[in-house]
Amino acid sequence: MLGEGILKGLAETARNFVGSYFSAERLTTVQYPEQRIEPIEATRDFPFLVYDGADWEAGLRCVACQICEKECPPKCIYIEKSTDKKPDALGKPQFYPARFDIDISVCMSCQICVEVCPFEAIKMDTEFELSTDDRFGGLLYNRKELAKSNEHYHKIHPTEAAQVDAHLAREKAKSDAKAKAAAESAAAKAAASAAPPAGGGD
Amino acid sequence: MIANLDQIFVLLKQFVIGLLPASWQPAAGVVLCVVAIICVFPALFAITVLLERKGLGRMQNRYGPNRVGIFGILQPVADGIKSLTKEDLVPLSADAVVHFIAPVFLVVVVFMGYAVLPMGRNMTLVHLDAALLFYFAIGASTELSVFMAGWSSRNKYSLLGAMRAVAQMISYEVPLLMSSVAVVMITGSLSLDKIVAAQNQYTWGLPHWYIFTPWGFAGFVMFAIAATAETNRSPFDLPEGESELVAGYFTEYSGFKFAEFFLGEYVGMLSISGLGTTLFLGGWSAPLAVLGWVPSWFWFFSKIMLSMCVYIWLRGTLPRLRQDQLMNFAWKFVLPLTLLNLFVTALWRFMGDGWERWVVCSAILVLAYVVMGRTGMHRDHLGARRYRYAD
Amino acid sequence: MEMIFYGLAALTLAGGLAAVLLKNTVHCALALTVAFAGLAFQFLELDAQFAGFAQILVYVGAVAILVVFAILLTRGSETPMDGVFSRTWLAGLAIAAAVFAVLSWAVLGSTRALPGPGGAPAATPTATVMQIGNALMGRYVLPLEIVALLLTAALIGAVIVAMHEKAGSL
Repeated sequence: MLGEGILKGLAETARNFVGSYFSAERLTTVQYPEQRIEPIEATRDFPFLVYDGADWEAGLRCVACQICEKECPPKCIYIEKSTDKKPDALGKPQFYPARFDIDISVCMSCQICVEVCPFEAIKMDTEFELSTDDRFGGLLYNRKELAKSNEHYHKIHPTEAAQVDAHLAREKAKSDAKAKAAAESAAAKAAASAAPPAGGGD
Repeated sequence: MIANLDQIFVLLKQFVIGLLPASWQPAAGVVLCVVAIICVFPALFAITVLLERKGLGRMQNRYGPNRVGIFGILQPVADGIKSLTKEDLVPLSADAVVHFIAPVFLVVVVFMGYAVLPMGRNMTLVHLDAALLFYFAIGASTELSVFMAGWSSRNKYSLLGAMRAVAQMISYEVPLLMSSVAVVMITGSLSLDKIVAAQNQYTWGLPHWYIFTPWGFAGFVMFAIAATAETNRSPFDLPEGESELVAGYFTEYSGFKFAEFFLGEYVGMLSISGLGTTLFLGGWSAPLAVLGWVPSWFWFFSKIMLSMCVYIWLRGTLPRLRQDQLMNFAWKFVLPLTLLNLFVTALWRFMGDGWERWVVCSAILVLAYVVMGRTGMHRDHLGARRYRYAD
Repeated sequence: MEMIFYGLAALTLAGGLAAVLLKNTVHCALALTVAFAGLAFQFLELDAQFAGFAQILVYVGAVAILVVFAILLTRGSETPMDGVFSRTWLAGLAIAAAVFAVLSWAVLGSTRALPGPGGAPAATPTATVMQIGNALMGRYVLPLEIVALLLTAALIGAVIVAMHEKAGSL
């Protein structure tokens, strides 16, 4: 009958109106910034550099390979390689970035730098309340501002961080095993080359 | 004591003008009443605006404005300050004089309508014998202001909005008048005071409001539809069309002139709710005889605010009608039903008291409504879809 | 009370003059509306409530809108190129004078409008709406029905003209 739909609509709106005082289902507003919604784990905003341990300079995983700089689509990363080397997580001497700048006013959060990094050194942060009134300098993050600990990474992306840590542990175990095997074979070779001359000298 | 509370404003007025010399008293009385109206109704406008924003918000599962005062109460104040301090832009090629006059004319005309509304016992500003005619005459002048606004902006889209608005207002003018004529027929007078007095009687404690009769209920529904269309409110707000024509005929208005249009629209809504209350809901009479001790002006204003709530409820629920749907609805559905309502009212009057007239009148109206609803819902005139493909 | 009459008369005349002298046609229409309103206020000043309010309702509320629509839907809203005085002004003046003569003869011939020999106008009966209604339904029912018939014919004619246009454009 004509008008039935109108009455049903009026009933629904009335239900909404009254229900909004009693149930949260009918009042879905989250009053930011007093209330916030928990972001999901896969949230990503801008990159940060991961460091292991307590000292951010010594534990920085980044070896300045500059792959992320080349792959970044809007070219927001600027890296300057160091001239000396320092040992990395696996003990091998590597370069490190003397300068690592990301311009977050350009960064488009595409995560390509994270995907191509072979050293699990750059990951996506979840911080978004980064407004500043310094239009240019305030949005250019340098190495020190970008470096955040592995504990922070665990806090914001627990599953991902656990996977990364497992992967790195496996790598370390592999390289340790290789080093041990190499050391053992070198020792065996040294023992073998040292023993016969001693036995043959008699 | 209770009678004093009921007449408190009248006594106040008599006290104030008693302080003045005798020759000034009539004019002072009128001026005082006018000042009271000019203060009260914009205050109600502020309350209505706040109610609307909060109410619409709650109906749409969100809070309304709640930052300005506690629960957003000071939001109208903030809006007022904003509209007063905004720059007043007048387009270069606009017709400056008409552009200025249009909102002023609207506000003046809209406030004139309050002169004949009985807001309580003995609280009518002007006692006219042809009060209803005066009200409708004044209401017809608002269309002129809308047209002036749209035309003087020298903006195609404003003009389009203005033409649509005027067409809509003229089309719904006729059902508005016809549904009121039914009330006049039964009361036998055009005077709003007499109409309220006729409804202020009680049988078994229930009032004789006209809405409780079949023809009154139908008349009230059609009056409400026509009133919603007259004030350009959703679902008839195509001329204002917020998502289509920016703001329709008041696109080119900013700052205080926009606020004047806004004020005019809402004060017009309050005014026509007041008229609907007077004609169908018994004006200032109480809903039950036992509640007669509550002041009459309290009933009047609560009925007006209730009508505002219904307006807001409708706005939150219904989608906008298209222009041709709107016009079809007016001329092909509402108008024939109002004419039938006139006939049914006459039948009611001449059938005399008794239960037969209730049955007969209700039956005729319900039957007509159902039949017209069914025939109107046919989609015969829409043919099969034809598709055109690009070659 | 004479001041009010003169003021309203001046307003009406000003509106009428502006309606023929202004360049912009829509301004002319609005000035015409002012003239209508002036007339309505004069009716009200003479206590003819029904006539006054009906004048506002019909003329200002509907006829003025009609005039404005007509101007806008044709190309009258552009300023005229060759001034506001037409070439046939002499014929116009003659017709206006003739109408004025007829109206003044009718008014002067009606004895009740003029002051009687005592110097005061004869008491005019107030025409309430009820009396007008009774007169229309009683003594003047035939003119009422004829006017209604005329309006119906005009409506049907308008519908037919509009329908033909739509059929023609298809």
